[in-house]
Amino acid sequence: MTGPEFISDAAIARLRALDDHPDFGGTRYDIVEPIGRGGMGVVFRGRDRELDRDVAIKVTAWSTDADAERLRTEARTLAALEHPGIVPVHDVARLPDGRVYSVMMLVRGERLDVCASRLPLPDRLRLFDRICDTVSFAHSRGVVHGDLKPANIMVGAFGQVLVLDWGGGGTEGYMAPEQRDGAAGTRSDVYALGAILRDLAGTPTPGRARKPLTSIILRAMGSDPGERYASPGELAADVRRFLDGAAVSAHVEGPLEQAARLARTYRMPIVLVLTYLAVRMLLLFWRA
Amino acid sequence: MSQGAGGSFPATRPSVVRDLGSADPATRAAAYEALARSYWRPVYTYIRLRWRRDPEDAQDLAQEFFARAFEREYLERYDPAKARFRTFVRTCLDGFLANETRAAARLKRGGAFAITSVDFARFDADLAAHARSDDPDPERWFHREWIRGLFADALDRLRIDAEAAGHATAFALFHRYDIEPDEAGPRPTYAALARDTGLSVSDVTNELAWARRTFRAIVLDTLRTICATDEEFRAEARDLLGTDPR
Repeated sequence: MTGPEFISDAAIARLRALDDHPDFGGTRYDIVEPIGRGGMGVVFRGRDRELDRDVAIKVTAWSTDADAERLRTEARTLAALEHPGIVPVHDVARLPDGRVYSVMMLVRGERLDVCASRLPLPDRLRLFDRICDTVSFAHSRGVVHGDLKPANIMVGAFGQVLVLDWGGGGTEGYMAPEQRDGAAGTRSDVYALGAILRDLAGTPTPGRARKPLTSIILRAMGSDPGERYASPGELAADVRRFLDGAAVSAHVEGPLEQAARLARTYRMPIVLVLTYLAVRMLLLFWRA
Repeated sequence: MSQGAGGSFPATRPSVVRDLGSADPATRAAAYEALARSYWRPVYTYIRLRWRRDPEDAQDLAQEFFARAFEREYLERYDPAKARFRTFVRTCLDGFLANETRAAARLKRGGAFAITSVDFARFDADLAAHARSDDPDPERWFHREWIRGLFADALDRLRIDAEAAGHATAFALFHRYDIEPDEAGPRPTYAALARDTGLSVSDVTNELAWARRTFRAIVLDTLRTICATDEEFRAEARDLLGTDPR
């Protein structure tokens, strides 16, 4: 009659940390602190002792061999994507406890939502254009992000956009309906981009025509993938048209709306012509 | 929880909390017995150290608590929307102990839940040597002892499973590396473990990986049985291990 042994507080702390403080003994990396957490695992700030630099280390959730192989394949695919908006992957390997980890450049900057809260709408939309460009590039190489949301997008010190956490499973509020059935595709990313655009557009301000922007968001977030923009590039093109004051493909204007838009877009030339005509009329009356 | 390389994981068992209110008397009795097995340790320790009862009194009270809960259907009133199950157990225990303190005489019962498989004398010696009773928050205190009990039972099950699966070395390594070192002592290196056991460092790594994965799976499996709902199980797993169970 012995029964289970007594477990010390120190051992309890170690056993509870099997997930949060993975054992990196035998690797070239030291774990410093957790900096992010998601369904796929935990991201740590770490230190590469060989190269003497800080890195981000993503340790995936406990996984099967098949999961591990899929994650390694994804990391290899991502490592092949050379784009200023995609964080370079330096290394991928397996921990002694069986989990896969990948080592990436440590991004220094702000989350998109934090940065955007200080910017006027046109600047926010220009940031959005860069996000679309990055996602579009990945799609052209056959890579779907799967979990686009403000928390996965960083804005660097020079305004550069960096898209993180590729290969995720979607987050409520940004996840396309078809992702619930495990059917993520490029148009699922378009849906998530629409949700990000919704966040970036914020609350409409009085006196500013927002119907076309709302139409862009609604089209990007269509419940049927076929209703959405075919690509992030098409979505970005419509947003640029909105920024330039041109008609957008997602919105059919009435004659009054069209006239109002043209008046806003060509305000200066119209004011100059009207001023010129008014002066000419005054001169005519004065001479008469 | 999914199966890893070479790992043998326990099959998921149903929640005993849900069976507490079963219409079938045998199912209900089995659920109470299973719960008593999972909870005797935090309940006993709580009575011993928090309520400062002597070992014999604490043993009687622990058994009587489960017997009384069974008779009067205390635990069947649990509402998952209001609290975690362990919090509810602790609240019931406080109520039970307060009543017992007020009562002039206590009837000795507890026969239905005599916890016969436990060496209370040894456990009490361990308590005296290791346990602290300095946390002023009873909820945190009970939670810590609840975790200690959960891990101790999981470790016991891991030992049995490891022997059955031909991984006795994995258990021994896990014990040396993750269980034995206390606050004062450093953990041995993988190289030292390899030297002491005659294995290669990569074999030590693989054996430890097996033990850790299996231990984690056992903990989650046990946790699932003592939670009422999937939401409660996931919340407890996040609190306990920091991540969502898979």
